[in-house]
Amino acid sequence: MDAIVLQILNGLDKGSAYALIALGLTLIFGTLGVVNFAHGALFMIGAFCAVTLSRIINWSYTTISETEKNFLGEPLEVQVPYVHDWFGVAAGNTLIDWAVPLAILFSIPIMLAVGYIMERGLIKHFYSRPHADQILVTFGLAIVLQEVIKYFYGANPIPTPAPEVFAGSFDFGAMLGFDPNTIIYPYWRLVYFAFAAVIIGAVFAFLQFTTFGMVVRAGMADRETVGLLGINIDKRFTIMFGIAAAVAGLAGVMYAPINSPNYHMGMDFLVLSFVVVVVGGMGSLPGAVLAGFLLGILESFASMAAVLDVLPGLNQIIIYLVAIIILLTRPRGLMGRKGVMED
Amino acid sequence: MLGLAKKDFTLLAVVVGLTLLAPFILNPFPEGSGMAQFNAGYPDLMQRFVIFGIFAIGFNILFGLTGYLSFGHAAFLGVGSYAAIWMMKLVTTNVIPAMILAIIVAGAFALLVGFITLRRSGIYFSILTLAFAQMSYALAYSVLTPITGGETGLQLKLNDPRILDSALVGGDQARANLFGVNMSSSYEMSVGGWLFTFNAGYYIAAIVMILAFYMAIRIFRSPFGLMLRAVKSNQQRMNFTGLNSRPYTLAAFVISGMYAGLAGGLMVAMDTQVGPERMFWTASGEVVLMTILGGAGTLIGPVLGAGMIKYMENIISKINSTILHQWFAWMPDGLEDFVVAVIYPFIGKGWHLTLGIIFMLVVIFLPGGLVEGGQRIAGLFRRKKTADETSTTPAE
Amino acid sequence: MGILEVKNVGKRFGGLQALSEVELNVAENSCHAIIGPNGAGKSTLLNCFVGKLIPDTGSVMFDGQSVLGRKPYEINQMGISRVFQTPEIFSDLTVQENMMIACFAKRDGAFRMHAVRDMFTEKEIVDKAEAMLEDMNLADKREMHAASMSRGDKRRLEIAMCLSQDPRLLLLDEPTAGMARADTNNTIDLLKQIKDERDITIAIIEHDMHVVFSLADRITVLAQGTPLVEDNPENIKGHPKVREAYLGEAA
Repeated sequence: MDAIVLQILNGLDKGSAYALIALGLTLIFGTLGVVNFAHGALFMIGAFCAVTLSRIINWSYTTISETEKNFLGEPLEVQVPYVHDWFGVAAGNTLIDWAVPLAILFSIPIMLAVGYIMERGLIKHFYSRPHADQILVTFGLAIVLQEVIKYFYGANPIPTPAPEVFAGSFDFGAMLGFDPNTIIYPYWRLVYFAFAAVIIGAVFAFLQFTTFGMVVRAGMADRETVGLLGINIDKRFTIMFGIAAAVAGLAGVMYAPINSPNYHMGMDFLVLSFVVVVVGGMGSLPGAVLAGFLLGILESFASMAAVLDVLPGLNQIIIYLVAIIILLTRPRGLMGRKGVMED
Repeated sequence: MLGLAKKDFTLLAVVVGLTLLAPFILNPFPEGSGMAQFNAGYPDLMQRFVIFGIFAIGFNILFGLTGYLSFGHAAFLGVGSYAAIWMMKLVTTNVIPAMILAIIVAGAFALLVGFITLRRSGIYFSILTLAFAQMSYALAYSVLTPITGGETGLQLKLNDPRILDSALVGGDQARANLFGVNMSSSYEMSVGGWLFTFNAGYYIAAIVMILAFYMAIRIFRSPFGLMLRAVKSNQQRMNFTGLNSRPYTLAAFVISGMYAGLAGGLMVAMDTQVGPERMFWTASGEVVLMTILGGAGTLIGPVLGAGMIKYMENIISKINSTILHQWFAWMPDGLEDFVVAVIYPFIGKGWHLTLGIIFMLVVIFLPGGLVEGGQRIAGLFRRKKTADETSTTPAE
Repeated sequence: MGILEVKNVGKRFGGLQALSEVELNVAENSCHAIIGPNGAGKSTLLNCFVGKLIPDTGSVMFDGQSVLGRKPYEINQMGISRVFQTPEIFSDLTVQENMMIACFAKRDGAFRMHAVRDMFTEKEIVDKAEAMLEDMNLADKREMHAASMSRGDKRRLEIAMCLSQDPRLLLLDEPTAGMARADTNNTIDLLKQIKDERDITIAIIEHDMHVVFSLADRITVLAQGTPLVEDNPENIKGHPKVREAYLGEAA
């Protein structure tokens, strides 16, 4: 029992990331009818927002220490972050420590802007072109974006730690009433899951309870009719693209401590997220979330030693295998609607 | 001639000429000159040009004709490679049986994958092929290690059985050959400052590519090719004209898988090794880039695209900032630094950025790829010429 | 015995009974029109003939064989060709290639791998396509891309493709929808000519009464998914039930 709970928990963080990316992909697909292969790049840019903010906060100048000496007895050169001067040492250190959560605020305007520019500058010209062209141009864009990041940040992963409070693990099992030391779980993963749940909830609430969201949902169901009502659906869809970009970006920001950001992390996640979208059902938001968690957890179960003894390598292929089976038996995915992407 | 219309025959003749004379054409700069780094006429790179040319020609038969965008074609390339290396390990280092087995195995695998994936179309097909390829990669990397050598892959070893070949004596190395002609043997010709290398492996690969190209022309012009274009154009009308589109697309899929297998077999014939990274989805993405860049649906486009990407990967990527500074040394210092700083991100290690930008521009503005670009420029000149003629006539 | 016999066909979409108890008998070598107000189920019925839809109840027999459960291409190979409301042609291909595809389909069946010979060396096909293009006044457009033709010419090409397969039954789904008057009249003349010159049965769905009364030998009126009357054109014209169906209860 505890092993099962552990695997479910282990699947949650990846599942959360899949769900968030797939949610954005589905939003874009459902509203704009565009298949966005650059969505993984948005996730990656989000992660690099965390890196950037942490670098900004860590921005230092070099000075000569008044007290310390190096091993030759000469005055020691030390790096002093500017935040120490501005906010005092204690507050400054807190800022540095909390760079990743702070990056959430930092990244939202950036991601909205990136999304807006992407949609207005490129994607909108591809609404009426075939899906193959959309895939190709966004694939090209993804290459460009990741190369730009690589140029500025290098090819190596950049460790971006979580705040001190959330570092390390805790005995989650004991809290849930299992034997102590059976379920040890890193704090940050739990934070990530909670964060993802909040974001997903917010997106759904936004679509469900605001007029704006209502129009967008109506537009997803039947674009022409809504357009005929004299509602400027395109403008709302642009905003939705920005929101989808922000969701992917936030998923990336918070993922930075779990997996040190590198320039190709977006593509790695994108391939799987697409599989998630297709399994969930193209155009279905609940489907995307459900499939994201489902596949994340399945992947984690497939990596159990007991499973791998019987079926070695299953963890590597489980997602693809499930996708193939689902697509062949339920062509519309788990919760797909009729008529989406069926030519 | 050869069953081709005049225009196609001319195209084939040009391709034959270019590939056979490639060692000259690709080495236009004398050895040791500043421009020598732009020479692409060395065996390793020339082999890549033609092998990836074959890969892209095959991909184009599927994507260019039927419009089915496969994102998993590298799987067939990889499967072909593994088949070929086993043939060379177990039977003989002669490359012909290896290539034949590569084609057969890749074709059989494509039949299986195509049978399943072609039940869906559009983006679903793309994702399904991607899923299959990633699965193949993961399997080759882990579970199938006894067959694939896992992460390290497979190489030819001294003590491989090779039932048809005589045993190697110690100190010898197992080498791919064609009836005794070593793939890596080269003849070097030095003329003035120039050095031209004629490599056996390259010429064998080039002849295979010419054959592959010839077959692609035949397929394009055949009733079968017409039906494939019909699939792309309007499947509804096709079905209501009494044609079953499924077997046509499946046949195209298998043929293009066989081309990929042949390319994979040739790779093994050249470097006698294989690793799972050959099947990774980025490799599948690369052939998509090549085909679109050159011009999907055109005959020569994929070959051009393959050549261009491989040239960038091997030549442009080697330019570093020192070389840039040498080039622009004639400029005033500040300007030199500025120009170098502007160009630098796009060359050397940043060549992918250039590739991505060019690719996007092509998809946006030139859906017919470089071939369409060439045609437009040619059209421009033609129009200009006629315009000039008409404008000058009254003056005379 | 008709060439197309429809018995007790019913089809339900969710809560909507689109067709119920449809009986229809199309006599060989006649032109049978199916008319009815919007939403009467005309297109649904047509889709049941060609394998796009499978009715919940009833049977559809073509020349004594059931078409239900067969794929569209199989039904076409049985001898039924369909012309769509918006012309369905191979837009990226030339007019000549469009014709040749139809001719190949007639000669070679649903699938045949002809991957080696140049298609233009198939003299029999090229000649047949050319003859049909001449017949339909499309010969001078043979090199043109089908997409760049006028609506009327597209329709002409689509009909030509269907005819080149020598179908026994030609189904027309509002063949003049969205056409200007001149194009409509041309299409009527073309269809009349086809009717007179060939041994062919035509079933036509149409809105435009002018088209219907110019062509049809027999008319079935469909209303709310069920046949109201079936008679010859003269009797249909003044039929009170038909007026009622078209103009509503008030009339």
